[in-house]
Amino acid sequence: MTKSTTIERRSFLRMLAGGGLALAFGTQAGSAALLSCQDVREAEAFVPELWVTLLPSGEVKIVAHRSEMGTGIATSLPMVVADEMEADWARVTIEQAPGDARYGDQNTDGSRSVRQFYEIMRQVGAAMRQMLEQAAANRWGVPVSECKAQLHEVVHTSGKKLGYGELATEAGQLEKPAESELVFKKPSERRYQGKGVPIRDMEGILDGTAQYGADVRIDGMKYAVIARPPVLGATPTSFDRAAAEAIPGVEQVLEMDAHAPAQAPGFNPLGGVAVIASSTWAAMQGREALAVKWDLGPNAAAGTESQMEMLRASSRENGEIARKRGNAVKAIADAPDDKVIRAEYEAPYLAHASMEPPCAVAHVTEEGCHCWAPTQNPQAAQGTVAQVLNLPPNQVRVDVTLLGGGFGRKSKPDYVAEAAVLSKKIGAPVQVFWSREDDIRHDYYHSVSAMQLEAALGEDNFPTAWRARSSFPAIGTSFNPAADRGSGFELDLGFKDVPWDLPHIQVESGKSSGVVRVGWLRSVCNIFHAFAAHSFADELAQAAGMDSLEFLRKLIGPPRKIDLAKDDAQYSNYGEPIDKHPIDTGRMLAVLNRAAEMSGWGRRQLAPNRGVGIAVHRSFLAYVANVVEVEVAPNGRLSIERVDIACDAGTVLHEERVRGQMSGGVLFGLSAALHGNITVRDGAVVQSNFHDYPLLRMSEAPKEINVEILPSDAPPSGVGEAGTPPAAPALANAIYAASGHRLRRLPISGQNLAHG
Amino acid sequence: MVRLRINGEEREVEVDPTTPLLWVLRDHLQLTGTKYGCGRGLCGTCTVHLGGNPARACILPVSAAAGQDIRTIEGLEGAAGEAVKDAWREHAVPQCGFCQAGQVMSAAALLEGNDAPSQQDIDDAMSGNLCRCATYDRIRGAISDAAAKLRGEGE
Ligand code: FES
Ligand code: FES
Repeated sequence: MTKSTTIERRSFLRMLAGGGLALAFGTQAGSAALLSCQDVREAEAFVPELWVTLLPSGEVKIVAHRSEMGTGIATSLPMVVADEMEADWARVTIEQAPGDARYGDQNTDGSRSVRQFYEIMRQVGAAMRQMLEQAAANRWGVPVSECKAQLHEVVHTSGKKLGYGELATEAGQLEKPAESELVFKKPSERRYQGKGVPIRDMEGILDGTAQYGADVRIDGMKYAVIARPPVLGATPTSFDRAAAEAIPGVEQVLEMDAHAPAQAPGFNPLGGVAVIASSTWAAMQGREALAVKWDLGPNAAAGTESQMEMLRASSRENGEIARKRGNAVKAIADAPDDKVIRAEYEAPYLAHASMEPPCAVAHVTEEGCHCWAPTQNPQAAQGTVAQVLNLPPNQVRVDVTLLGGGFGRKSKPDYVAEAAVLSKKIGAPVQVFWSREDDIRHDYYHSVSAMQLEAALGEDNFPTAWRARSSFPAIGTSFNPAADRGSGFELDLGFKDVPWDLPHIQVESGKSSGVVRVGWLRSVCNIFHAFAAHSFADELAQAAGMDSLEFLRKLIGPPRKIDLAKDDAQYSNYGEPIDKHPIDTGRMLAVLNRAAEMSGWGRRQLAPNRGVGIAVHRSFLAYVANVVEVEVAPNGRLSIERVDIACDAGTVLHEERVRGQMSGGVLFGLSAALHGNITVRDGAVVQSNFHDYPLLRMSEAPKEINVEILPSDAPPSGVGEAGTPPAAPALANAIYAASGHRLRRLPISGQNLAHG
Repeated sequence: MVRLRINGEEREVEVDPTTPLLWVLRDHLQLTGTKYGCGRGLCGTCTVHLGGNPARACILPVSAAAGQDIRTIEGLEGAAGEAVKDAWREHAVPQCGFCQAGQVMSAAALLEGNDAPSQQDIDDAMSGNLCRCATYDRIRGAISDAAAKLRGEGE
């Protein structure tokens, strides 16, 4: 069993100096070039490029440089190293890396960890194994071809063996193998990859010792809560300092000097008034007593009602063209009225609401600033803290705790910067606590949207043209006041890349502006784009008089690779080359057909008031199809009976974790579709806690969930987010099938589903 | 001064008696296994056992817990608790894990009183515990297995 530690720079240096370091492997900053133990010894300081060390005791330490928030990444990537190295997992310790650019990308976001680091981890593991085999061959004076690494030992054809620990020092003197000399294990030889190993933190979670951000305790640490501006850009005009200081345990009341601007707030702390106390509870009581009065500033009149009007209007006007195949505009204009279908879809702002709200500890000393935080992006935290404290980044250390969920919120480091600013002011370590109300009211929200979709139908009522327009405040509005429409990258997320086999397709973006901080949330714009595109596709199936599944097969067309460049579209393909990760309708059809089969589509007699809906979506280079079965009682009561999920995520490292991500991702999408709704009135977010921002509970969760992962040897894709997009449209399509209500607006709860 | 019996140990804390038990555990006694999720009794993340029954520590004044047996995830023991933890391992229930102390405490309390819960019993007992990672399906399966084990069925 493995346990987790954080890398301590000093102990590492001691290890280097004392010669305890026997064999180590890393990669050069920002590239996959291997770095051997000699390079490491010659390096004068902390060497974060180091991925794995083998000590003479036989103990193996492997670095997890990505943040753990439930996907299993801090287990899966080290597991790949251990597997390729033929290490015994029981002798592996996983060390969580602090933020440091020399690790390469650490932003655990965008479902990229496995895609970006799988190859590197394999190379490091293979290099270690080969050097150990070579060391044994040298010791025995035999050809290396007679030596084979096997579960922490090298075994000679004669049967003699040497343990890894015994070989470590000699192996450490060898030249590193060139990349071209690396030989990888065959898939059939893998011990851990595929089926996986128990997650790193299981025991700590079960005995309460796993350390999340809010569990960090430092000697002399104070607790802080902040009364933040209710409206972006608001400033405090008065507050009752004496009342707050009268609360037992409250030590200080401080104004945050700077505050984020009313527009483009970036990662800056929002500002406000902080209460420093000897306990979290005292700090919260102190904040209650403050009774801050605010100058609400330029956003005081902002609201989602007027914003929705504006977005709807823009979604009805010609937008900026992002993809054009054939001439959809003409095809629709030329079609007779009864051969044109037009529908408007909309979806609200969403909050991340991870079970652990943001929080951070910072300790500013003369040497710099040490932070501990549940962050998805320790390098951004390091950079932001350096900036607000005016320190060079190398004087800021950010240690990554476990994350109690992230979903994109915790890649924005505003809360870490708050702790740093406060620690500097009070000259002591401080933990900034965010209550649930703080979290819901001061998020970087998933964007609100309005979309218009149009289709022209042919003689047979099958569509010939698809025109879709999406209007939503861009993530860019959080950073750039001039961002006035969804960016190309955001349209890539499930809108521009619809895989339809139609002669005319046009995709556009409409004008927009924001009223709150916007950020990325699990699968980002795919959420509303998939909802609109796959619900509208289902509308077209009905117009064509076809079964939804049969219609989808025809709409997707034959197995092929779609080249969006032919349609004048720039496509970012989740940052990966399109030849390595093409848009492959063959894989899409395979998951579609599998999900349909699993659900018994068309073969199973449904009970009265039941209906099934289907959707398939490619995102983060993975293909996910799901079939949702619902019951809608005549009085409108909805229950989700069953979900069947089929996924092709390419090569899978840890099947159990991937299954968990799929069902979790789908349920995250169902939760948003049923309940998610953040509204803004007078510039402020209305919702505050789980009574008015409900999440899916067990009682509402599908009664049966089936997940299948299709075998694939394609390169690994992202799995953390890809389950979410098809959930809402499959649910809405199922509700239509059961009740006849076509839902074009989210969330669903509160809408009347009565029928019959 | 409030006297508490936590995980079988007598503890004394110098706090305002209206302070919720959650903050006494976390900030005064360094028992950080019990988590904060909402502070209003809405999410179950802070669930502990009070006299063997599940209680939401975030809305329980510490004075109301005085004199009763308080058990937290750090001190969970007994057949039901062990069966739940074993089943949690077998089903690999946790994702981020943040809600899981509360889930485990709620599940153990359910099985203490009922070793043959129906699906409905499980949903009823567990629906006060939110899981943003949505591990609900594995929680259901793990509880059913833990119950079977407690009854001496299966392996
Ligand atoms: S923190 Fe106690 S119920 Fe949510
Ligand atoms: S496991 Fe993450 S909230 Fe439940």
